[in-house]
Amino acid sequence: MNTKMKLFSYNSVDTPIHRLSGLTKLLCFLFLTFAVMYSYDIRVILLVMAFSIAILIISKIKFSQIRLMVIYVLIFLVTNTVITFFFSPEMGVEIYGTRHEIAHLFGNYTLTSEQLFYQITKFFKYASVIPLGMIFLLTTNPSEFASSLNRTGINYKAAFAVALTLRYFPDIQRDYRDISQAQQARGLDLSRKARFRDRFKSALMIIIPLIFSSLDRIELISNAMDLRGFAKEKTRTWYTSKKLLRQDYSALTISALIFIATVCVTIFINKSRFYNPFI
Amino acid sequence: MDKQPIIDFQHFSFKYFCQAEPTLHDINLKIYPGEKILIVGPSGSGKSTLGYCVNGLIPFSYAGDIKGTLTINGVDTRQQNIFELSKTVGTVLQDSDGQFVGLTAGEDIAFALENDNVPHTVMHERVKKVAKMVDMQNLLASSPFELSGGQKQRTSLAGVMIDDVDILLFDEPLANLDPATGKTAIEIIDDIRKISKKTVIIIEHRLEDVLHRDINRVIVLNDGRIIADMDAHELVSSHVLKECGIREPLYVTALKYAGVKVTSDICPGYITTLKTELSRDALIAWHRSIPADNRHNRKPSILKIEDVSFSYDGIRTVLEDINIDIREGEMVSLVGKNGAGKSTLSKLLSGFEKEDRGRIFYKGKDIKDKTIKERAEIIGAVLQNPNQMISKPMIYDEVALGLRFRNIPEDQIEVRVEKVLKVCGLAPFTDWPISALSYGQKKRVTIASILVLNPNILVLDEPTAGQDFRHYTEIMEFLVEINKMGVTIILITHDMHLMLEYTPRAIVLAGGRIIADTAASVVLTDARIIKQANLKETSLYNLAQIAGIPDGTHFVQGFIDYERNLKNR
Repeated sequence: MNTKMKLFSYNSVDTPIHRLSGLTKLLCFLFLTFAVMYSYDIRVILLVMAFSIAILIISKIKFSQIRLMVIYVLIFLVTNTVITFFFSPEMGVEIYGTRHEIAHLFGNYTLTSEQLFYQITKFFKYASVIPLGMIFLLTTNPSEFASSLNRTGINYKAAFAVALTLRYFPDIQRDYRDISQAQQARGLDLSRKARFRDRFKSALMIIIPLIFSSLDRIELISNAMDLRGFAKEKTRTWYTSKKLLRQDYSALTISALIFIATVCVTIFINKSRFYNPFI
Repeated sequence: MDKQPIIDFQHFSFKYFCQAEPTLHDINLKIYPGEKILIVGPSGSGKSTLGYCVNGLIPFSYAGDIKGTLTINGVDTRQQNIFELSKTVGTVLQDSDGQFVGLTAGEDIAFALENDNVPHTVMHERVKKVAKMVDMQNLLASSPFELSGGQKQRTSLAGVMIDDVDILLFDEPLANLDPATGKTAIEIIDDIRKISKKTVIIIEHRLEDVLHRDINRVIVLNDGRIIADMDAHELVSSHVLKECGIREPLYVTALKYAGVKVTSDICPGYITTLKTELSRDALIAWHRSIPADNRHNRKPSILKIEDVSFSYDGIRTVLEDINIDIREGEMVSLVGKNGAGKSTLSKLLSGFEKEDRGRIFYKGKDIKDKTIKERAEIIGAVLQNPNQMISKPMIYDEVALGLRFRNIPEDQIEVRVEKVLKVCGLAPFTDWPISALSYGQKKRVTIASILVLNPNILVLDEPTAGQDFRHYTEIMEFLVEINKMGVTIILITHDMHLMLEYTPRAIVLAGGRIIADTAASVVLTDARIIKQANLKETSLYNLAQIAGIPDGTHFVQGFIDYERNLKNR
């Protein structure tokens, strides 16, 4: 239970990654994500992916912590791949300008090397964001994250809302578990045996009490915040904000360089966002 | 004392916009700097509303009509906003978990400073200084999940003290705390007041627990009016408490039973000030006159827990070698501090978690293979917060839910639901929406929705938490009725009055082990058990000691037997 509760939430371990400021991690995350989103060069994408997996290992994140997320993303990616193929099976041919048939499948659908290459590239492009996102989420203290969002110019109320959500997430999870157990005791069937329609109804049985108990919580917390002067000034300071240190600047430089390198590869080597091995 | 009051209510009335009647009527109250005031009153008396007026939540968050004036430090509150007021009045709300804004204790303490744009280094310094005052300096990096109830409350206290306010307002500080932590909380509040000379206002309905330390004046509110403003000795000697349904200290009840005339001459406000010279003989005579209650439950066992051990993560054991045998028709309380394993034990019984070792028998049969749904038909569990269980808008549907899940024909459902609604005193409300019910009635609905499945055992988690004396009595007498009908009842509780009055037997858990399984009178007079389980010895025991009655435990048991005889008459 305890490991489950920690899922998706910040866990405090002392690693070089955890020691970086939240602002640094946010900016690095953005740099690297933009790099892989911009480029359709599988070499660049795989390099960034390898780099982020290395970081993942350095920050001592265990696979068990991210397994669920990985599974969801993989399901999404596989679905995406299949659908892409059905809707635009000739996309690869269009992009790379050549056509090497591998096999005729059925009807108008033919598998081409170009399409295969295009889809593999796309798959890795999206997949490479997972480790980046996981590192950011699991190594950043939510309040520190809020303070860094605020420093990038985002309104502090919005930034604080993010931190508050993360603060109360475990509470809501615990409520959810209690409510779901109580309803199961009354006979609610949450197993896969139940029909889909019934399962939807069952979900409501849990969500309605959850909303009501959360509303109580919200009233309390907003009173507590008012009473201690939240939102009276245009700005606020943060207890958890960290000063940027040398390692922060190094991390920022490295990510910025990776981003610039990606752009350079695109402009000077590939002369397009796509890497074309077929010419 | 300073002649200028720091808080001054003059002909003050308040009506919430959404309500037809005013909640506060013509309040006239002056509080002077440095005073320590206790405001008591039953639920709905307007005591929390009075607190909201002082801290500015009224009219800032809850709008309504104000008549008359309220000045704080000489300034009319209507000319100030909640932020200005928060520099004068610091409020500690009742739920110390829910009001924990930060992710760590340090951050939570710093919250007010953050909002004031205090620079980072200054902020850290001030947080350290205030944390030291409440003894939290070594826990600044802990998250709310790692802190105990008492530590969370210290954090809240530090969070308001950091602004150097003049007035500290505590809204039901004892709710959700175990007896020992509650006692410490009252001590901390008192110590802080002595050091800082701040004005302290405590809003609470648990009179006896607050009177653990000195109070200058007690203000009693009932139906939105101040009906008493006196010191503790006078109050305890008067009829006011009885009239508005606030529980008087137990030792005072005992004195009255013994025929002692309770007047302010014997200083009965605090057990420590009580003069017993005149009452000693009466107490001893009364004690001797009580016939021992020898009714023993000889019924067969209904629930037997044998050598049960459990751990969530396989590393830290939450329950170890638990052995309990409960007989049919018993009413038992399960006590112990937070994290002792009480809720976990109830989860094992309901089948939400599976024991690692040991066995659980229901009427001699192992229930290992029963599903959650099947177990619910023999052991019904009622959660503490009714809002966590209610999922239907109408009472009838809510109670019928469990039967509908079991595909019982609608005509049979009707019969069973109507029967259970009658038992629970909810028959007149059958067609009512649940939203129109009071908290106590909602609690009944949740109990009804479990009882409709005909379980023979009912496990209730803190059934009376946050309830005033009247609602407490209502709920407990209702449970006694059910118990008399043959339902075995297990109560998980922090409330020692409940233990003493309603459950002859108490099982005490500490650190995942059973450290006592005996009469409530023994538990609440045994220093070792009290210490290990964060309980507090009952004032009846102190009374026996002061009056020089050698066997205190016997005296407490006598009190229980006497009360039971009174009720059964």
